[in-house]
Formats: sequence, C-alpha cells, structure tokens
Amino acid sequence: MDIWTFGFTVALIGMGGTMLVLWCMSLFILLLKKIFPYQAEDPASKKG
Amino acid sequence: MESALISGFQGLASGITNLGVDQVIMILVGSALLYLGIKKGYEPLLLVPIGFGAILVNIPLADLMGEEGFLRFFYDIGVRTEIFPLLIFVGIGAMTDFQPLLENPKIILLGAAGQFGIFLTLLLALAVGFDKLDAVAVAIIGACDGPTAIYVSAKFAPHMLGAVSVAAYSYMSLVPLIQPPIMRLLTTDRERKIVMGAAKQPVSRATKILFPIVVTVFASILAPKGAPLIGTVMLGNLMKESGVVDRLKKASENEIANIVTLLLGLCIGATMEADKFLRAQTLMVLALGFVAICLDTVVGILFGKLMCVLSGGKINPLIGAAGISAFPMSARVVQVEGQKYNKKNYLLMHAMSANAGGQIGSVIAAAIMLSVLAGMGIV
Repeated sequence: MDIWTFGFTVALIGMGGTMLVLWCMSLFILLLKKIFPYQAEDPASKKG
Repeated sequence: MESALISGFQGLASGITNLGVDQVIMILVGSALLYLGIKKGYEPLLLVPIGFGAILVNIPLADLMGEEGFLRFFYDIGVRTEIFPLLIFVGIGAMTDFQPLLENPKIILLGAAGQFGIFLTLLLALAVGFDKLDAVAVAIIGACDGPTAIYVSAKFAPHMLGAVSVAAYSYMSLVPLIQPPIMRLLTTDRERKIVMGAAKQPVSRATKILFPIVVTVFASILAPKGAPLIGTVMLGNLMKESGVVDRLKKASENEIANIVTLLLGLCIGATMEADKFLRAQTLMVLALGFVAICLDTVVGILFGKLMCVLSGGKINPLIGAAGISAFPMSARVVQVEGQKYNKKNYLLMHAMSANAGGQIGSVIAAAIMLSVLAGMGIV
C-alpha cells in the first residue's frame, strides 16, 4: 500500500470515526439523562 | 606499583576521555528541560525527571540503558509493556470531572474536531518523508495528551519516544501562548463577544456512574485495539463517581500517579541518547508537533463557528479551541480570551465541557487509529 492510500484512509476513517463515536456518546448521555433524570434531594427527608 | 597507579588514574579519567561533543550537547538539552520545568514551571512533574533522565543516559560509560542499567529495567517493565501510560490514565480518569460534559453533551463534538490535527499532521508527516509508523507517532502529538502520545509512540516508533514526548509535554504547557493568536485570527469581534447562557442541567448520580461503563463498552467494541486506553481512563472515572472505593481512587490519583510519573519521566529521558536524539528528524518531530496543535485549534474553532451558525448564534466559537486534551488549561485560555472582549462573558463552564470532550476525543482518536492500523495489517 502506498503512503498516500495509507494516509488518506487513516485520516478519513480517523476523523469520521472520532466524530461519529463522540456523536453517539452525546446521544448516550442524553439517553442516560432521560432514563435517570436528576431528582433534587428533599431536604426534609434528608433530615428525617 | 607505577603501572597500577597509571591504570587507576586511567580508570578515573575514562569518563572524561570518552565524553563526546554529542553527549555534552545532550547534557545541555537535559539541563534546558530542567530549566523549563524548574524556572519556567512548564510541566515540571514531567520535564524535571525527563531532563534528569536525559542527563543520566548521556554520561559516558555509565551504560544506564545497557542490559543491566537501572533505567533499562524501568523502561522494559513500564514503557515497552505500555503499563506506565496506562496507569497514568487510571489517575487521569480518577481526577477528571465529566460533569460539565454531561450537562451539555452536544459540546462533545468539539472534542472530536479538536483531534483533526492528528490526522492532518499524519498527512504532513508522510509528505515530508516519514515512514508510515513514524508518521503515526509524530501525528499523535496532536492528541495534546502526554500518556496517549507515549503509548502510541512506544508501540510504533520507540526510537522517537523521547522527541515525541518532549514535544507533546512542551507544547501542552505552551497552549496559553499557542492558542490565543489563532483564536483572534479565526474569529470576528462579534463572535468573540457572544454570551452563552448557563448550561446548568444537574446530572443524576446514576448517569455519572453509568457514563464510564457505557463509554468503555461502546468505544472498545468499535475500536478494540484502543480498549486499554479507554478502559483505564474510564476505570479511574468510575472509581471517582461510584464513591465506594475512595482509597483506590486516592491511590490512583496520588501515590500510583506520582510514582509512575517519576519513572515514566526518567524512562523518556533515558531514550534521549545522543545518537538517537541528535538528528534532523528530531527537529522535524518538534516542528510537526507544533503544527499538529495549531491545526487542532484551527479545526476546533472552525467547527465552533459552524456550531455557532447552526445554533443561530448561541455558541461562542472560541470554545472550539478548548476541544483538545490539555485540561483544564485550554478552557482557562478560552475564558481569558472571551473576557478580553466582553467582561461579562463567562465561557469557562462551556469551555470545560469542550475540554472534557477533548480528553475523551484524544483517547478515542488514538483508539480508532490503532484499530484502523490493525485492520489494514500495518501492525
């Protein structure tokens, strides 16, 4: 494999793959936040 | 008696008689690293042991990287096996708070754009004549992440470990000098003044605990060769967020990280033997490393501008510069630059989100690169 085929393959898959994986992670975060929403601790129940 | 005295004196003087100009230059290079670490405060935790290691390994006849040298011992057990950078990653994970990122997940994309410099530099390195694996080692300086750079270069180009590591850590510490001119060049006055609203969206404990597990499983399945990198960072973070292994978390971010940093620094310095370091190639590595970090910043800001347009002007493109792994230095640079143009602008938390994204992004980019290389049969 010549260096340019190598270089452009790694660059394209690398940049596209990094963007895709992090985009998926942002979706996972949104999903986790939907499934496990933040619930403020009730100060009264904390005292009790 | 006379001949014994002569032999004795010859033995005593042998170090001086074997001292070459190359070694003197390398001792001066080591001293310069010590100066930068001690006097200038540039990444002292790494530059001090690296500088001292560089001095030690260039002492004639000491043979500290020889078969029985003590530096060789640490190098073989920690760097050749890639254990040291991985242990550092556990500590980094234990120290990193992904909360700003979890509060504002779309900003993670800036952490991907901030890694493009790695891949663009790979093309540049190939263009100037580096062979494939050497080019990968040079390009990874653009991850702006010392342990990642060490992990990858130790794997593919161990002869360049010293130059790559010195470049990675030096440029990371120079981020406050490198980034601002690029930020000013690529953004308009109006863009720099954009005020971003509060991103405070509280995150549940379950989300914080599940995040490192989900990231590890998902990213490692996609890029299995990068599982050690992703897994160790996320293990550290899981220990932090779970709150049930405080002793392990503290050991990871203190004792283990400190011991490994010392040994890793010494080992990197030990790779800086005159015959391996004093080459034109080293200057090329330093130059391309600088270009890589500039390109990271350029692409990060350009992506920030794109997000600014797509969000209807709600995102300040300056935060794109924080999409690199230099945490939290880069986020602070963004905050300072933003406030120069609008005193009421507080970009820090948004920049921290991008910066945390950059930390994950650098590991993911390296993991993808390793898996692509394995898939292509290069390694």
